[in-house]
Amino acid sequence: MKSANLIWALVAGMVFGFGLSLSAMTHPEVVLSFLQFNDFGLLLVLGGAVAVTTLFYQVAPRLLAKPLFSPVWGKQPSEMSRRTIGGAAIFGIGWGISGVCPGPAIAGLGSGNWPLLASVAAIFAGAWVQGRFFGR
Amino acid sequence: METYFPNGLGHYLAGGLIIGAAVGLLFITTGLVGGMSTVFSSTWSFVSKQAFFQQKRFTDSRAWRLAYAAGLILGGLIWLIWSGAGAWQTGVSWGQLALGGFLVGFGARMSNGCTSGHGICGLAFLQLPSLLAVLTFLATSIVTAQLIAWTGGSL
Repeated sequence: MKSANLIWALVAGMVFGFGLSLSAMTHPEVVLSFLQFNDFGLLLVLGGAVAVTTLFYQVAPRLLAKPLFSPVWGKQPSEMSRRTIGGAAIFGIGWGISGVCPGPAIAGLGSGNWPLLASVAAIFAGAWVQGRFFGR
Repeated sequence: METYFPNGLGHYLAGGLIIGAAVGLLFITTGLVGGMSTVFSSTWSFVSKQAFFQQKRFTDSRAWRLAYAAGLILGGLIWLIWSGAGAWQTGVSWGQLALGGFLVGFGARMSNGCTSGHGICGLAFLQLPSLLAVLTFLATSIVTAQLIAWTGGSL
């Protein structure tokens, strides 16, 4: 059911992009203003998103044998390792410099925040350098 | 409250709930876990012959991840039309956007997750490594942003 994956990814992406735009996460200034303790709105965004997602992730596999249009439930493969934590530390430095992370960088392009193209290009570059020279 | 939320609470909370509904919708329909950073690696698999980028986890997921990213752009456009706010561009310098973006791309690939992958999906799966990743990137981002603010506000 590959086509179902594509269609639902597109639909879910649209909802995601709308939410990121509504909550102003596509404005790097708003993210930086949280990191500088001037506006704690980002915590409401993250908290709200985690609460709803937790409900789906924890309840859906108990109620349904499989997803509606696919054979298996996926998992988040996060591992306890130096790479997970070290990578997060580097990620955070970049986030603190720019106020930009992957989702908002992409969604912001849709609402005309075109300077974020610089970030999108740089995220592609950073992912390539990591994978090419340090990946495994 | 105004001290902590000078721009109000409603749009933040509503946006967060909608984001959660989006990630939940993707999961209940397809079983897929919707972090956003991997699209920046899986898309390289279309053009790079490097063994790293040709891993199954990237080649198997690259199509839906691109569709997900395309949806994100469309969602931003729909919000723009719906809100009537008019297009807005960030005043953060190109240098900061690019340097920060590079470290974000590098770090998210190394950590195998970002603000959505660890911050939303990992936490919702009650994964301890993701919780530690979130606390780590919150700590380093806060220190970085505060240091920049103290030294004049921009790079």
